[in-house]
Amino acid sequence: MEGCRSSTEYNRALLLEAKRIEKSYGGVRALRQVSFALEAGEVHALVGENGAGKSTLIRILTGAVEPDGGAVLLDGQPIRDNSPHRSRELGIAPIYQQPAIFPDLTVAENIALANETGGLFRRVRWGDRVKRAAELLESIGAEIDPRRLAGSLSMPEQQLVEIAKALGGKVRVLILDEPTASLTERETGRLFEVVRRLRDNGSGVIYISHRLEELPRIADRITVLRDGETIATVSAADTDSRELIRLMAGRDLSAVFPKREVPIGEPVLRVRGLTSEAVGIRDITFEVRAGEILGFAGLVGAGRTQVAEAVFGLAKIDAGKIRLNESRVSIKSPGDAIEAGIAYVPEDRRRHGVAAELPIRANMTLSILDRVSNGPMLDEDGERIVAESWAQDLRVKAAGLDAPAGSLSGGNQQKVAIARALATGPKVLIVDEPTQGIDVGAKAECHRILCDMAARGVAILMISSEMAEILGMSDRIAVMRGGTIAGIVNRADATAESLLAMALGGSAQ
Amino acid sequence: MTRRILAIGGLWAVLLIILAIQAPDFFAPANLRDMAVTNAPALVVAIGMTLVILSGEIDVSVGSQFAVLSVTAGILAKSGLPLPAVAALTALAGALLGGTNGLLVTGLGIPSIVATLAAMAFWREFLRWTTQGAWIQGLPSTFQWMGLTQAQGEIAIVSSAVLLFAVVAWTMSNLQLGRAVYAVGSRHESARLAGIPVSGITFGVFALMGTFTALAAFLDSVRFSQVQPSAGMGLELKAISAVVIGGTSITGGKGSLWGTLMGVVVLAAIAPALTFLGVNAFWEKAIQGTIILAAVVLERSASKGGPHAR
Repeated sequence: MEGCRSSTEYNRALLLEAKRIEKSYGGVRALRQVSFALEAGEVHALVGENGAGKSTLIRILTGAVEPDGGAVLLDGQPIRDNSPHRSRELGIAPIYQQPAIFPDLTVAENIALANETGGLFRRVRWGDRVKRAAELLESIGAEIDPRRLAGSLSMPEQQLVEIAKALGGKVRVLILDEPTASLTERETGRLFEVVRRLRDNGSGVIYISHRLEELPRIADRITVLRDGETIATVSAADTDSRELIRLMAGRDLSAVFPKREVPIGEPVLRVRGLTSEAVGIRDITFEVRAGEILGFAGLVGAGRTQVAEAVFGLAKIDAGKIRLNESRVSIKSPGDAIEAGIAYVPEDRRRHGVAAELPIRANMTLSILDRVSNGPMLDEDGERIVAESWAQDLRVKAAGLDAPAGSLSGGNQQKVAIARALATGPKVLIVDEPTQGIDVGAKAECHRILCDMAARGVAILMISSEMAEILGMSDRIAVMRGGTIAGIVNRADATAESLLAMALGGSAQ
Repeated sequence: MTRRILAIGGLWAVLLIILAIQAPDFFAPANLRDMAVTNAPALVVAIGMTLVILSGEIDVSVGSQFAVLSVTAGILAKSGLPLPAVAALTALAGALLGGTNGLLVTGLGIPSIVATLAAMAFWREFLRWTTQGAWIQGLPSTFQWMGLTQAQGEIAIVSSAVLLFAVVAWTMSNLQLGRAVYAVGSRHESARLAGIPVSGITFGVFALMGTFTALAAFLDSVRFSQVQPSAGMGLELKAISAVVIGGTSITGGKGSLWGTLMGVVVLAAIAPALTFLGVNAFWEKAIQGTIILAAVVLERSASKGGPHAR
């Protein structure tokens, strides 16, 4: 009835639209007059620093949060009584950073729960369930047995299950919130293939990511949010990360990686033949010198975190020696490691990071209680002084140091975790994915802190899945593969391609 | 949390005003003294329970422990040991009972609700089997009221509980130990990575819970001339209720002993208040439940911003 449309017009049809959205939380305006348009058959990236309003916008699009003003339109029609349930029915499928799977159910059951209808008393046809799940997984090229327990899958596999779940219904808008944060290059590539296939079938994809360098590979257009406002919508092909950073930050971040050359001293940490059956690492040998940043690259699951855990006393060591400044140390618990002068900032703030209920100052001094006490008695004034100096040093943005650490943004929580580690005055600092999921500004500060520590003669071991970070920050790079070190190279000799080749090793196609 | 204390305190004040108008006898010194003496042991148990819950665990075996330890105290007293020895040995027995729970939780990794549920059933049945339900009677006069007059004994009971409260409250906010308990309860992993001996703290808290339960059993049994093996029925629920009403997070890491003190006082007042107001005592549990719910709801609305605030 609408007459003829050319095919290009058809492809560019407006799918989902947010018009002049307003949202405030307790007097703070999270979104002001934000507009955003997603066309059918496009991947539209949404970028902005943490707190720019991306999450709030997504919550409004999916009906999890009601806007104070403005409207959400699907196919030009306003969505009434939007709710997560309603938006899913309409084909809007969000996939969050932390896969929302049920770990104790099988993959097939997880997929079925999202898609089967018919009420609580319908009979379950187990065979069909498994078959359907297998088809969906195959359609996205995921080799996952639907009968496996979802909790036994790796993070990237869980994400693929989430996508399969979304595809089970009629997905018209797929929303991906930082899907590659914990993925390696190869897994990212696989994910992108799936996303492109969806796009080519006419779905719209909203893609949120902090990894600007990957956007030209996947996105068609990019919308930049800053402080709750739409700053610009640009073509991904014509915009480089520098320009995006400028738009996001509203300032020119001249150096994303402020790596400074500092004098490199004697070896501080020497690890020889470290083997731990329990966590699956063997024959790990490396050394880190004072002032040096040793990057640890490799695929997720190659054993990088496990090396950190073994050195920090979190895993039973079966063989091998750890030497600190020439003397051999026996590390059986984190307490031993901290005493020996090793500090560890773990990956995954939500699970290991700060103690959310405790005040910020208490989190910062948790590893150095002895130093902020007279005998067994805590000295709160002393604690406050120590915490304040760290908060200043690391530029922690908080209402006050008595606020619970859980009230901070992700980047600031990470700074608190770093402060806790640095407060011990370590000789060796181990950081695991130090900038995962934090915004560009906080990321640059995190890098600055690492450089400062190196300049003070701390030996740093930095685990990262982000190639640019590894190449930009390390003096030398250890590449891990299958639980052991495949090789250690100087930064000058390393390229993204050479590191990737080492990480893939024999399994490379 | 302060708002919660204020809100509960407000509700309580309303109850007191109603009592003052309808049944001023409630405030007779004899009645207040009675309430204090009766509830001193419950306060002692609730102090221990606050530590357990703050550290992220739970102990539902305190009622059974209380019974075992009351009988222990009675038997020790009958054997003719001097009073301080009875108290010390009962405390030691309590530490053993609590320590066993601690070992089950830290050593075998059994969730505390399961481990202490098993301990609850075990000790209650153990006691039934060994005593055959018989009361321990004929306690020596040196035991009852700790060998003092009743008035002195009552003062001793209440002041023991208050003293313990003061010591533990001070410890929790002033010593490293207290900070460690909060950290363990807030997040195991964070505490472990910060170098805090998580298992040691958890074990210690359970052992302390047993010791405090022993003290409570001792303070309770000196009030009578005999000990019932059925003592302490429902004590675990009373203690947990007091802690929750007092604003301590049931998942640990957040809360205070002052809140617990308020919880004990509020719960202590309900039953006598009903009696004085001539309300059927059946309502006691219903009102107790309502207060617990009210406390939690108030907590929710008081935590500003809601779960999605960024």
